[in-house]
Amino acid sequence: MTETVQAISELVASKLASALTEPPHIAYGELNLIVSRGEIARVLTILRDDAELQFSILIDLAGVDYPKRAERFDVVYHLLSITKNVRIRVKLAVGENQPAASVATIFPTANWFEREAFDMYGILFSDHPDLRRILTDYGFSGYPLRKDFPLTGYVEVRYDDEQKRVVYEPVKLVQEFRDFDFLSPWEGAQHILLPGDEKAKVSAPDAAKK
Amino acid sequence: MTAEPQERNFSINFGPQHPAAHGVLRLVLELDGEIVTRLDPHIGLLHRGTEKLIEHKTYMQAMPYFDRLDYVAPMNQEHGFVLAAEKLLGLTVPPRGQYIRVLYDEIGRLLNHLLNVTTQAMDVGALTPPLWGFEEREKLMVFYERASGSRMHANYVRVGGVHQDLPQALLDDIWAFCEHFPSVLDDIETLLTENRIFKQRNVDIGIISRADALAWGMSGVMLRSTGVAWDLRRAQPYACYSDLEFQIPIGKNGDCYDRYLMRMAEMRQSTEIMKQCLKKMPKGEVNSTDGKVVPPKRGDMKRSMEALIHHFKLYTEGFHVPAGEVYAAVEAPKGEFGVYLVSDGGNKPYRCKIRAPSFVHLEALDFMCRGHMLADVSAVLGSIDIVFGEVDR
Repeated sequence: MTETVQAISELVASKLASALTEPPHIAYGELNLIVSRGEIARVLTILRDDAELQFSILIDLAGVDYPKRAERFDVVYHLLSITKNVRIRVKLAVGENQPAASVATIFPTANWFEREAFDMYGILFSDHPDLRRILTDYGFSGYPLRKDFPLTGYVEVRYDDEQKRVVYEPVKLVQEFRDFDFLSPWEGAQHILLPGDEKAKVSAPDAAKK
Repeated sequence: MTAEPQERNFSINFGPQHPAAHGVLRLVLELDGEIVTRLDPHIGLLHRGTEKLIEHKTYMQAMPYFDRLDYVAPMNQEHGFVLAAEKLLGLTVPPRGQYIRVLYDEIGRLLNHLLNVTTQAMDVGALTPPLWGFEEREKLMVFYERASGSRMHANYVRVGGVHQDLPQALLDDIWAFCEHFPSVLDDIETLLTENRIFKQRNVDIGIISRADALAWGMSGVMLRSTGVAWDLRRAQPYACYSDLEFQIPIGKNGDCYDRYLMRMAEMRQSTEIMKQCLKKMPKGEVNSTDGKVVPPKRGDMKRSMEALIHHFKLYTEGFHVPAGEVYAAVEAPKGEFGVYLVSDGGNKPYRCKIRAPSFVHLEALDFMCRGHMLADVSAVLGSIDIVFGEVDR
């Protein structure tokens, strides 16, 4: 398995060198490619059609949000080659108003995946045949999977018996949503200084002098 | 004489509440007479924001959400998630834990196929198969209950193993079920396989070719019905599937009837896999011994201070998963169920994308139904095997 991944990695590196922003790397036994934004359609076409690669199935397309980055979103494509029995992950970074090229013409299944990424993150896909919202409510606004979207959302619905219809109202919580910070103050947390911690910084000879 | 108006196009609304929609699906159909010219599924009526919720939960708290995706085969999803987390943690599960997982994966496959095959029959007009199938599902749900305490939403699989060991009496009862179950399949087959109406409604309906199946990202029974012998249990074996012997039924014509036959054959194979699991089930631990991930046993907590501390920490803070990203997939009954997990090194997933087979298959419904009659939509919908918990997430 690992030899195949290694071999595919070298093949991909030679065939797609110009489109990659960094050489392919293997982590957890999975092959990762990072491509530049304009090249995605070409990369996926080559990955699909090349006789030595044959990544013929687009398994998944996901958005990931990193709000601190300048180009805050990652679009992650997972491809599978059933003839080589290998998976590959292709990533590209896009900003809030930078569209990624739609790959719905290369893999028809990308249509809904891209709609979902648009719906959840607001990632734009240029030349998409039908970029509508897919999972959220009719008339929904906002992008729920962004890290700055609150878990509880902004509106709630109920059926109003007087108006005989469903009405939208701002979320009212009897108790505020509690998101506990369980991160350990003992390990890993650098920002918390417990009384006595400063002594650990003092080196042994200094301590001996005092 | 004036020519009759040729325009007979109109659009109708199917669902969101419709017995043949298998959940809350709204289809907007454009028809030319009785021929479907375009089909636009409106999904998301069951959207619960699972992925968002998981980002706010520890890995252990995220588990129950996976039961609620494809709620007819809950443990298969749990298995997909723990595989991803275990890959990041570099954790290995002891053999008994793996066998128990596989045993329950196959029970999940039976649960799913029994529901699908029989409701597909109901979609095309038969009423008896669901009654017979649900009787068996009830028995399987009791096995779920005896293992996990819950008939459907098991929350039984854990990162590092399973929640607790199975008693021998339960294993004996599952064995007895496996002995009896093929005869039930025979009975259901006598109702359907050669049934004239069932064949008229399913043979040569919803045909897909190999190239179409690949382009539309299909997996599982849908892909195999076109003659591609691709099964993750064989191709990329996880848990203990490499130690088990089973066959992969493949189809020939890629139509609804092939998919029905394959599901029946898969159920027979699953029964064989369950029997092998029960025969080969090793003794020993069901959980990994990594005390930083797997909570201590109840008995240890009464005696050991460390165990008590670890229990408290694991159930409040949870365990930390090394930073990185993985994709792990299992062969769920409906196809490839995958979890793309991104960890930032904390105790909660940074991103958990759920790749649900139903979502992908439903997308291809438009392609599969074009040019078919309106009545075929429900037959195709039945045979692509979707559950809305998973489509909408």
